[in-house]
Amino acid sequence: MASQQQLSAVKIDMDTIEVSNLNRQFLFRRSHVGLSKAKVARDAVLRFRPNINITPYHANVKDPDFNVDFFKKFNVVLNGLDNLDARRHVNRLCLAADVPLVESGTTGFLGQVTVHLKGKTECYECQPKPAPKTYPVCTITSTPSKFVHCIVWAKDLLFAKLFGDTTQDNDLNVRSSDAAGSSENSKDVFERRKDEDIEDYGRRIFDHVFGYNIEMALSNEDTWKNRNRPRPIYSKDALPEKSIKQNGSVEKNGSTDDPSSVSAMASLGMRSPQDVWSLMENSKVFLEALKLFFTTREKEIGSLSFDKDDQLAVEFVTAAANIRASSFGIPLHSLFEAKGIAGNIVHAVATTNAVIAGLIVIEAIKVLQNDTKNYRMTYCLEYPTKNMLLMPVEPFEPNKSCYVCSETPLSLEINTYQSKLRDFVEKIVKAKLGMHSPIIMHGSALLYEVGDDLEEDMVANYAANLEKVLSELPSPVTGGTMLTVEDMQQELVCNVNIKHREEFDEEKEPDGMVLVGWSQPSSTEKKEENHRVSDVGTSNSSRPIAELNEDAEISTMEETDVVPTKKRKLSTASKNATSPSSSKVPADTDNHGKVEEIDDDDDDDDVVVMLDGNPDNTKTRRVVTSKNLCV
Amino acid sequence: MEGEELTEQETALYDRQIRVWGADAQRRLTRAAILVYGINGAVAEFCKNIVLAGVGSLTLVDDRGVTEEALSANFLIPPDETLYEGKSLAELCSDSLKDFNPMVRVSAERGDISGFSGDFYSKFDVVVVSCCTLTTKKLINDKCRRLSKRVAFYSADCRYSSGEIFVDLHSYKYTKNKLDEAIECELQYPSFEEATAVSWSKLPRKMSKLYFAMRVIEKFEEKEGRSPGGVSITDLPAVLKLKNELCEAQSLKESQIPDALLERLVSSQIEFPPVCAILGGVLGQEVIKAISGKGDPLKNFFLFDAFDGKGVIEDISSRDA
Repeated sequence: MASQQQLSAVKIDMDTIEVSNLNRQFLFRRSHVGLSKAKVARDAVLRFRPNINITPYHANVKDPDFNVDFFKKFNVVLNGLDNLDARRHVNRLCLAADVPLVESGTTGFLGQVTVHLKGKTECYECQPKPAPKTYPVCTITSTPSKFVHCIVWAKDLLFAKLFGDTTQDNDLNVRSSDAAGSSENSKDVFERRKDEDIEDYGRRIFDHVFGYNIEMALSNEDTWKNRNRPRPIYSKDALPEKSIKQNGSVEKNGSTDDPSSVSAMASLGMRSPQDVWSLMENSKVFLEALKLFFTTREKEIGSLSFDKDDQLAVEFVTAAANIRASSFGIPLHSLFEAKGIAGNIVHAVATTNAVIAGLIVIEAIKVLQNDTKNYRMTYCLEYPTKNMLLMPVEPFEPNKSCYVCSETPLSLEINTYQSKLRDFVEKIVKAKLGMHSPIIMHGSALLYEVGDDLEEDMVANYAANLEKVLSELPSPVTGGTMLTVEDMQQELVCNVNIKHREEFDEEKEPDGMVLVGWSQPSSTEKKEENHRVSDVGTSNSSRPIAELNEDAEISTMEETDVVPTKKRKLSTASKNATSPSSSKVPADTDNHGKVEEIDDDDDDDDVVVMLDGNPDNTKTRRVVTSKNLCV
Repeated sequence: MEGEELTEQETALYDRQIRVWGADAQRRLTRAAILVYGINGAVAEFCKNIVLAGVGSLTLVDDRGVTEEALSANFLIPPDETLYEGKSLAELCSDSLKDFNPMVRVSAERGDISGFSGDFYSKFDVVVVSCCTLTTKKLINDKCRRLSKRVAFYSADCRYSSGEIFVDLHSYKYTKNKLDEAIECELQYPSFEEATAVSWSKLPRKMSKLYFAMRVIEKFEEKEGRSPGGVSITDLPAVLKLKNELCEAQSLKESQIPDALLERLVSSQIEFPPVCAILGGVLGQEVIKAISGKGDPLKNFFLFDAFDGKGVIEDISSRDA
């Protein structure tokens, strides 16, 4: 992009450079590890194109400073973000500012570039994107069936309990049959007693979570009627000999001043992170890691949170997850694999990123030149489809029932007598609707808001409201009520119609509430040929371009490798869409798309391929040839 | 498999890509030797990718000096002109590339390698050529094929906003994992000469028009004794004339090679940087596949045109009647 004519750009990135970035983020060198990505990238680009103007911001794009007025300054916005939340936020700001957005993502060999223009194309949220996977609490605490469940248990429960903030709620001792009365005991059990030998402590914890807790769970027959029973594991069986003082003395682990170099693996002489450890080895690592935390990093205990770059934390979580997996008959995994799962690591290579970057620039230039007819959504495939590796598709029209760009109201099914306002705020407003600074109103009554300049009594009032069930709010919310939810920074207003519902399925609807009304687009008219983009300012190439990166590693949807899907029926110009299935809501696969091939002429032989992607099955492909794409 | 383990440093640096292709493939990469002859914008991008990926060594050959065209598409050339004195393009790029990954041995050589012996070529696992005449391309391809060792051959050409990659892996065996089963596959690749000799009329109707357009311009350069990329807009009438002659000789409808397409390809001698990135990315991935023996390799032409945004693979092998 820097090779083009006079331009100025703004780059926002809150991240600093890590070693693992260097395999593909080629503007950075080893000597830059720890420095701001935005600043180093700017310096690197200036080195080969000294005459352009780039302003870096080492900041979070969600920062209120980057408001609608800020976004209005730009001709185009290019996203290279790595999380859904930030992408949605930017999407809303671009809509509010009426600035074109070029979105993109990569995962391994897959990638895509999409263009979004308010009112002319779909916005980024017109197609529901799969949210990060969450699991029902009981699956994690009692009935894991996959390794990832064990990782979540080890990371969010056990690690958090032992090393994290003990004042936080923790479901560790939640059992399927009885949740009451255990909180007193659990506090004692997990705390190390005064002067307790570290190995004894470790074995005691081991026995409690892998032995005793499992025995307790087994006592509830119902749970195991249709499931494989786990087996309790005790340290005396997994690791019979009390370990003689190994060469695990602190000095061996490198300087005590550098906590990050302390490692149980190193201490035990285990070399390869690719090895799958035996139960005994996992148990050794478990105890050794625990010991090392207490002997070399005692100060941090009580405030640690899991960090994938914390070697000792990764070792502990791997070992704990593996022992639990062993208990439940789930295959064990190597540290390398476990780290990827626990750290939500997106695999990435320089080559795919280079291809996507090239495609981003091509679209950005079209935007700057107002070449509206030629905007494309381009998909980079791992395996060619109909001999195409890079597949361009015309953008689709906005989804008329998209609550973000089309102001369609939503409905929420919820138990208004049991669910609190806090649940609504956390699970719906923040998690689902992606609002960060919401204002919630019932008619003219302000139920809740976030802000820096609120008066004390207002803050107290809102805090009280959060703890009330909906039907008991000062302005009661029951079936038939309409709530207005708004985020000032994103300039987004949503109307949510409340529908009372008594019961929810714990496994399928773990949130205890269901948001509906955000439907797939049904038949829509063909994109009109004569659209002209209204001039938003002038497309003067000397005006700045914003490039936003939270992490220069751009990644696509968090969980699936599925490319966004659509099917389009051409001659009758109706569209059907399938959404990739998420963990909770089954995909609404409505495959009406008819395959139609128009005989090719001598020219205009363009092929548009739509993928029907469902992460659970192999992809089925439909092919449609179109004369509508440009030559 | 046997061989040295990856060092701790390598594991940390290559973590994200090892998660894509595995530690085994990474080990093979660290032992691979790549030769590059002719550095255009696309090849510069390729070199960046392959160095970041952590190959064993990369040898660059390009005796030309720096030109304006080169500067606009090759980001490896430092903008400081004082550094150019006495250095070939290869030497300048080599200096820049070393910086990207100190673990890779990057070097430059001089000379017309099309005259070098088989011994020279057998030092490498992969050869990539660009900016060379048709004759040279065929010659080097041939040298690679004659070796008893398998040396993968690639060519990359970029004309303004379009580009083409050619792949020749000779006789290539590899394993594919399909539903937890390992399947042995074998592919037979034609040489560039053999592939381009396939009669145009025998190719499928939906064949990429860019393929034909590239052949026309290539032929034109050869006929007129031009240096590679030396065709400009003033040549257009003569190019169109040649196109018609070739279409007639090959019994191909003239409309299969739109005049507008040819005009676009010769309209600028400067490569369009995003196209260089795309070609360099695809080429990089292909070379990594060939070295690691993992993944279905491209067979045998990849064509990209920024104008329609399609990246197409065409399989052009000699077909017997």
